[in-house]
Amino acid sequence: MKSFFSKFKEGLKKSTPTFYKAFGKVGGLFSGKTIDADTLDELEEALYMADFGVETTEEILGAIREAYRENKELRGQEAAQIGTHVLESVLEGSEGRIEPGAHKPEVIALIGVNGSGKTTTTAKLAHLFKEDGLKPLVGACDTFRAAANEQVRTWCERLDVELVASQHGADSAAVAYDAYAAAKSRGADVLILDTAGRLHNKANLMKELQKIRRVLQKHDEAAPHHSWLVIDGSIGSNSIEQARVFHEAFGLTGIIVTKLDGTSRGGALVGIYRELKLPIYFVGLGEQPEDFQPFSIHHYTHALFGVED
Amino acid sequence: MLESLTDRLGNALRSLRGQAKLTEENMTESLQEVRKALLAADVHFRVAREFIDRVAKQCEGQAVLKSVTPGQMIVKIIHDELVSLLGEGSTALEDKKPLRVLLLGLQGSGKTTFAGKLALHLRKNGYTPAVIACDVYRPAAIDQLETLARDNDILFYGERDSKNVRKIGRNGWEWAKEQGADAIIFDTAGRLQIDEPLVKEVVDLKKEVQPDESILVADAALGQEAVNVAKTFHEAVGLTGIALSKLDGDTRGGAALSMKAIAQVPIKFLGTGEKVTDLEVFHPDRLAGRILGMGDVVSLVEKA
Ligand SMILES: Nc1nc2c(ncn2[C@@H]2O[C@H](COP(=O)(O)OP(=O)(O)OP(=O)(O)O)[C@@H](O)[C@H]2O)c(=O)[nH]1
Ligand SMILES: Nc1nc2c(ncn2[C@@H]2O[C@H](COP(=O)(O)OP(=O)(O)OP(=O)(O)O)[C@@H](O)[C@H]2O)c(=O)[nH]1
Ligand SMILES: [Mg+2]
Ligand SMILES: [Mg+2]
Repeated sequence: MKSFFSKFKEGLKKSTPTFYKAFGKVGGLFSGKTIDADTLDELEEALYMADFGVETTEEILGAIREAYRENKELRGQEAAQIGTHVLESVLEGSEGRIEPGAHKPEVIALIGVNGSGKTTTTAKLAHLFKEDGLKPLVGACDTFRAAANEQVRTWCERLDVELVASQHGADSAAVAYDAYAAAKSRGADVLILDTAGRLHNKANLMKELQKIRRVLQKHDEAAPHHSWLVIDGSIGSNSIEQARVFHEAFGLTGIIVTKLDGTSRGGALVGIYRELKLPIYFVGLGEQPEDFQPFSIHHYTHALFGVED
Repeated sequence: MLESLTDRLGNALRSLRGQAKLTEENMTESLQEVRKALLAADVHFRVAREFIDRVAKQCEGQAVLKSVTPGQMIVKIIHDELVSLLGEGSTALEDKKPLRVLLLGLQGSGKTTFAGKLALHLRKNGYTPAVIACDVYRPAAIDQLETLARDNDILFYGERDSKNVRKIGRNGWEWAKEQGADAIIFDTAGRLQIDEPLVKEVVDLKKEVQPDESILVADAALGQEAVNVAKTFHEAVGLTGIALSKLDGDTRGGAALSMKAIAQVPIKFLGTGEKVTDLEVFHPDRLAGRILGMGDVVSLVEKA
C-alpha cells in the first residue's frame, strides 16, 4: 500500500491552532521560554479542547507537571515532547494496516452511527484498492435512508467500481449475501459493504447488523474479515460509547476516523483506543476519494503537539 | 464514561452530604468534580469554568453553607442555572407568512432530514411548505431531499445541471411562491465553518433569498469544537437558531450548552430520530437533566 503521510500531516496542521498556541505561549516552539503555572493551565485547556477527555488529559498533564516539579527551567519544547511521548505510548499498537489477499473476496463491513461518513469512506476505500491494482466491489446495504442507493451508485459510477444494490426497503442482509456471491463470481479482490447509519442504542438496528454477519458466514465462516467502525472525528466523548456498543454487538476489528480536515482534533480516538485497543486504519480528510490516509501515530501526535520531526 | 459521570457527581455530592459542616474549601472541591462531569459531557472547557464560577456565586448568595442539605441545594442551583442558560431566547420561529428558512451546518449533521421535518412541522402549523435543494456537491443530495418531499407530499424544487447555488435559491423561491408555498426551506450542502469559499457561498445565498430564519443544524454529540463551529458560522452568516440532531442517541449533549453559551443563539428544535416526524420543540429542562446525568440528579433536585 502506498503511503500518503504528508497529506495527513497537512490536514491536521490546519486543525491544530490550540496546541500550537498553547505550546507557543508555553514558549517552547516559538520563543524558547520556560513554562510556569499559568501556562500549565493553558495547556490543560488545550488538552481538553482536543477531546482527549479527563483521563488522557490528566495523564499528559501529570507527566508534564512532574517534569516541571523536577525542573523549573522546563522549556515549552520539552513539555511538548513529553506530551508527545505520553500520547505515543497510549497509542502504541494502534496503527491498522490492511493487505488484502488472505481471502478472496476479502470482506470489509463499514458500520457506524448516522452521518459519520460510511458511504464516502466506502468510495475512498474502493478508490484506494483500485489504485493499488486490486478489484473492489461495493455492496449497497443501506436500503433504508432516502436516496442512499443513489448516493453510493453515483460514487461507483464516478470511480468505475462495480456495485451490487437492491431497491429501497429491501432486506440489507440479502444485499450483503448477493454482493458476496457477485464478488466471488466476478473475481473481486475486496468486497466493501456500506451499511445504513444506526445509533448504537437502538437494539433492533443492531440486530440487523448481526443478521448481515450471519448471512455472510453462509459464504465464508470468517466473513466479514474486517468490521470497521466509521467515526466522525468531530464527535466528543460519545464516540467512545459508540465504539464500545458496536464492538459488543458486532465484534469490531478496527476504526476509521473521518472529518479530521475540520478543526476537531479527534482526541476521542485516543479514548477509544485506550479502552478497546482497536487499531485505527484510516483517517478521512475531506469529501473526495483521495482525501484519505492510513493512520499514523507519529504524524498524529507530532501534528497535535506541533513538534517538528 | 456514562457511569463515571453519574458516579462523579454522586461522589461529589456524597462528600458534601457526608460533611457535618460545609466549608468554602470542600465546596470548591466539589464544584471541581462537577466541572469535570461537565467536561465529560462535552461541555466546552471555558463554558464549564464560567458556569462553575456562576454557580459558586449563587451558592454564596443562597446560604448553601448553612443549609442542612447543602448537596441537594447545590445540585438544584446547578440545574436551575443550566435551565436558565439553555432556555434563554425564544424557541419559536418568526411568526410571519411567507416564511423563509435557511439551513446550514457541518457535513452529515442532519440538515436534509431536518428540512423534511421542519416542512412537516410547519404544515401542521398552517403553512404550505416547499423545500429547495441547494446542495450541489454531495452525490444524490438532490435525490435525497426530493425523496423526502415526494414521500410526504411536500413541494420540491431542485436543478440537476446547475452549480449556481445563489441562482437555484432565487429560482426555487420564485417557483415556490407561484405554487402557493408560504414556508420555503433551503437545504444547503454540508460545509466546514473554516472553508472560506463554501462559507461565502452560503452567505451569498443568504443575501439572495433573505431568510427570516437561518438555522444551524448540529449533531448533539459534537465535541469541544462545537463552540468554534457555532461561533464561526454565526459570525459569518448570522444565525437565528440552532437545531440539535440525533438526540435519540445516548450522548449527554453538552455541546448544546457550549454553543448556546458562546454563540448566544437560541436552541429551537431537537431531532429525535431518522423519521420526518421525529422532531421536538426544544425544552431546556430536559436537556439540562441530560447533561447533568439524569435520574439521580433529577430526583435529588426534587428532594431539595
Ligand atoms: N469534511 C469531511 N466531510 C466528510 C468526510 N467524510 C464524509 N464527509 C461528508 O459527510 C457527509 C456524510 O457522509 P456519508 O458518507 O454520507 O455518511 P454516512 O455515514 O454514509 O451517512 P448515513 O448513511 O446517512 O448514516 C457527506 O456530506 C460527506 O461528504 C471527511 O473526511 N471530511
Ligand atoms: N438517529 C437520528 N438520525 C438522524 C437524525 N437526523 C438526521 N439523521 C440521520 O443522519 C444522517 C445524516 O443526515 P442528513 O440529513 O443526510 O445530513 P446532512 O446534514 O444533510 O448531510 P450532508 O448534506 O451530507 O452534509 C442520515 O442517516 C439521517 O437519517 C436524528 O435526529 N436522529
Ligand atoms: Mg451512508
Ligand atoms: Mg444534506
